[in-house]
Amino acid sequence: MKLAYYPGCSLKGTAREYDLSTRLVARHLGLELVEIPDWNCCGATAAHSTSHFLAVALPARVLALAEDMGLDILSPCAACYQRLRAAQEELKRDPELKRQVEGALGRTFEGRVRVFSLLEALAQLGEEALAAQVVRPLKGMQVACYYGCLLVRPPLTSCDDPEQPQLMEKILAPTKVDTLDWGGKNECCGASLIFGAREVALNLIKNILHAAAQVRAHALVTACPLCHANLDLRQKEVNRFFGTNFAIPVFYLSQLLGIAMGLNPRDLGLGSHFVDPQRALRMVGS
Amino acid sequence: MPRVGVFVCWCGSNIGGVLDCPALARAAATFPGVVYATDYQYMCSDPGQKLIAEAIKEHRLDRVVVAACSPRLHEDTFREVLARAGLNPYLLEMTNLREHCSWVHAGEKELAQAKALSLIRRAVAKALRLTPLHPGRVKITRRCLVIGGGIAGIQAALDVADAGIEVVLVEREPSLGGKMVLLDKTFPTLDCSACISTPKMAAVAKHPLIRLYTYAEVEKVEGSLGNYRVTIRQKARYVDHTKCTGCGTCWEKCPVKVPDELNFRLSTRPAIYLPFPQAVPSKPVIDARHCRQLTKGKCGVCQKVCPAGAIDYTQQDSLHEEEVGAIIVATGFDLFPWEKAYGEYGYGRYPDVITGLAFERLVNASGPTGGRIVRPSDGREPRTVVFVHCVGSRDELKGREYCSRICCMYTAKHAHQVKERLPEAKVYVFYIDIRTFGKGYEEFYRRVQDEGVIYLRGRVSKIYQEGDKLIVKGADTLLGEPVTIAADLVVLATGVVPARGAEELARTLGISTDKDGFFQEAHPKLRPVETHTAGIFLAGACQGPKDIPDTVSQASAAAAKAVGLLLREEIEVSPLVAWVNQALCTGCLHCQVVCPYQAIEVVTEGGRRRARVKEELCQGCGSCTVACRPGAMELKGFSNEQILAEVEALCR
Amino acid sequence: MSVKEWEPKIVAFLCHWCSYAAADLAGVSRFSYPPNVRIIRVPCSSRVNPQFVLRAFAEGADGVLVAGCHLGDCHYVKGNYYARRRLWVLQRLLEFVGMEPARFQVHWISGAEGAKFAETIKEMVDKVRILGPNRLFQEVKDICVG
Repeated sequence: MKLAYYPGCSLKGTAREYDLSTRLVARHLGLELVEIPDWNCCGATAAHSTSHFLAVALPARVLALAEDMGLDILSPCAACYQRLRAAQEELKRDPELKRQVEGALGRTFEGRVRVFSLLEALAQLGEEALAAQVVRPLKGMQVACYYGCLLVRPPLTSCDDPEQPQLMEKILAPTKVDTLDWGGKNECCGASLIFGAREVALNLIKNILHAAAQVRAHALVTACPLCHANLDLRQKEVNRFFGTNFAIPVFYLSQLLGIAMGLNPRDLGLGSHFVDPQRALRMVGS
Repeated sequence: MPRVGVFVCWCGSNIGGVLDCPALARAAATFPGVVYATDYQYMCSDPGQKLIAEAIKEHRLDRVVVAACSPRLHEDTFREVLARAGLNPYLLEMTNLREHCSWVHAGEKELAQAKALSLIRRAVAKALRLTPLHPGRVKITRRCLVIGGGIAGIQAALDVADAGIEVVLVEREPSLGGKMVLLDKTFPTLDCSACISTPKMAAVAKHPLIRLYTYAEVEKVEGSLGNYRVTIRQKARYVDHTKCTGCGTCWEKCPVKVPDELNFRLSTRPAIYLPFPQAVPSKPVIDARHCRQLTKGKCGVCQKVCPAGAIDYTQQDSLHEEEVGAIIVATGFDLFPWEKAYGEYGYGRYPDVITGLAFERLVNASGPTGGRIVRPSDGREPRTVVFVHCVGSRDELKGREYCSRICCMYTAKHAHQVKERLPEAKVYVFYIDIRTFGKGYEEFYRRVQDEGVIYLRGRVSKIYQEGDKLIVKGADTLLGEPVTIAADLVVLATGVVPARGAEELARTLGISTDKDGFFQEAHPKLRPVETHTAGIFLAGACQGPKDIPDTVSQASAAAAKAVGLLLREEIEVSPLVAWVNQALCTGCLHCQVVCPYQAIEVVTEGGRRRARVKEELCQGCGSCTVACRPGAMELKGFSNEQILAEVEALCR
Repeated sequence: MSVKEWEPKIVAFLCHWCSYAAADLAGVSRFSYPPNVRIIRVPCSSRVNPQFVLRAFAEGADGVLVAGCHLGDCHYVKGNYYARRRLWVLQRLLEFVGMEPARFQVHWISGAEGAKFAETIKEMVDKVRILGPNRLFQEVKDICVG
């Protein structure tokens, strides 16, 4: 399978390890990724809270570029994924908006390329293809798969069941890691509220960590750069603020999969965690 | 050439104050075919009617035009005048000078006068083309079929039978009783549901005029109003009920244990079983899917222990035919399948999130726990119980748009029962609105609040398991705050949907369903128990969500309608129906496709296929006339020729 | 006929159960509307053959209205759905041959909507008055007959 790769801004910055691990895992799974040349920012929350037009036009340009490549898009970042899908749906329903967007882009496009999240792309490879690459089963390790908001909401752009998503569990099944049934998988992490309303966001982060601790998760698994930043980077802050002592490392889905595939931890970016993942990894085989 | 008489009514000043009626009559007299025209103050009054009758005789009139008020008001009145004067009543045409002219154009008398004349010209044009029509007559089979043996079907069957009319009652399950017999107490009076419904079940079984089929389904319905031929499939019970004494040895000895669906899998039952102790008939059936003898050919325990020799593993389904004149449909409801829609409540994965009906079984003395309120997961008594309203109701996104009507009250009753049995328990109810429309309902709701039940106005967004607690996250919209409750038991007030198979039965019967799949009544206000298909009536929740009092009232109403029909020897059917010009019909049957009443049948004569209208079924809408390409289909009283003549007359 | 004297002539086919009742209600409520409309009662909007509409235009009607029960409320269960489909095709056809859409209108008016009936007639008469006499079909008729 060959896909147009849209890393987005986060994967070039704070979520560099997500980019590294996604590319590496994809290569080992025979998933060919071609980075979209001259891609632009999807607009994220900044665009759609200021200009509805921009919020559609920015991702529309990415859709158009991929169309030129004749490839469907892989968008690992949950926010980029949601923006691309939302723009796609809006353009489909509103021909007038599409005309305006095309005017702004100075070109036309059909808008028929499909957009996949990392979850969909990996799930499509199938259990057998994944199982074939697993050389270091993670038996003994318990993880809580955390989907957050943008991968599963709103239902129109959801990549899985919005209330009871199962794709990550399905993808991780061949690694023999123990995926837990827990109540926090689609709770909000507070996202960028951490900058404007710190206490609200810290409370939301605490709730997720609490729910994961309740089911004795050794680690959290996510597929969203912002969720990762909040849960990992802010965990110490949560502990200070609420007097808790959470120490739950947060893996990207691609990282955990990479570990099970026996890839070099350094190449997977495992060194950039704020909460040390080593203890969780030691649970393997226990 | 027909001889038309025109009668212009003043209606006092209603018409006469705006229009010059004598002038209208004078002008009408010059229209072709009109041999007599006159005007009068009140045409519908006794002297007015006499005037028409005498004019018919004196001027040998054979068509009558009455220019007065709306035919919706007085068409029948004037038809009777014609009949009394010895004329076929369908040779009348009315035109509406009052509602459609004088009352609405009072400010423009000149134009109104011209319009009135044009309206009379239209009526005369149509009158010239009227033909005598005769209502059809149909003999009636004096028997009634009732489909469904819940409280609606039971009530309807007893009412019809008590009127001296034979009833055939068909119930799909092994026992009568439906949903009501599963309930513990009924709101708002808290009388015991089984205590008031089981005597009625017994009365049905004993009634000499009721023929009871349980574990049976209606497979085919042929015929029409007054004369239906019904095929009933009696499912194999593998127990000969003529020999069985209901002693119970078999179900005590049966080695199989399967989850009991009537108890929402909260308990088990054997493969040969009586659904519940008060079942009617009180004789068991064998559940073929789980019986070891029937599935694996090894066991035979029940046959060995049966002292009456009633077990027959070779029994097959059998078909029975019954002739009836009317049908009452009382197929009831099922619960909304919330497990498929509500992921936020766990898709049914949490054993301690249960439906309202399952709670009824929990709290029921004859239920799986003997009436103890406990958690299905570990059998402990809950200390915190959360009720969630409107699961599947009033939810366009995941459930149904409509209100299920019974949930507010049954939840109030459940909350009361928790407080009664477990006074220390905390009880929360999440609601959108509280609807307590019935007699004594609001008072009951107040009482429950006074007992310490906490009502929170808001939806529950999520329920998940954490340890042995269920975390319920919701909103209190009155305080504008999110609420989180750690509950031991959550009861979902699950909405009501039509019973499974309702759509299929509607097709079998030729009745229509509404957008939600409930059977459609003929008129929402004035004909609530009739269907659009004459002779078929509705009772209970199959027509829409209903509580027990409403169900029973509707069942009695349906029974009254059926009895009213069946006590007649024969019935008259309107002659304003479609008919096929056999010479023109090509047998394409486009008419059959559009007919909402299955009133068109195929006849083959000399190898040629043609359509024929079943007049007793046709309601006279005329859809078929437009679908007919060769113009063979006509509607009596509204023929193509008549309407085109009206068009031409109006455009002149 | 001079232009000054010309008054629009509108033929209305109303279903017995809803729209005819609405016209009755408009009368009972004394909601006045222009006297240019002439009503023909049919049992159901599905009884209206497109041929009737064409005949009305050919005979000199300046506008034709068909009104029935609201969709889903048809007395005959689904007659108005048939009417909608048939008359929609007719509308397209009339537009195609060059008739102004305002001349042929289809409305759903329940028996409780007397005011809506009066409003509908007012609006339609106004529109047809602006369009002027229906010459299109007059020409067709002249060709056919002459």
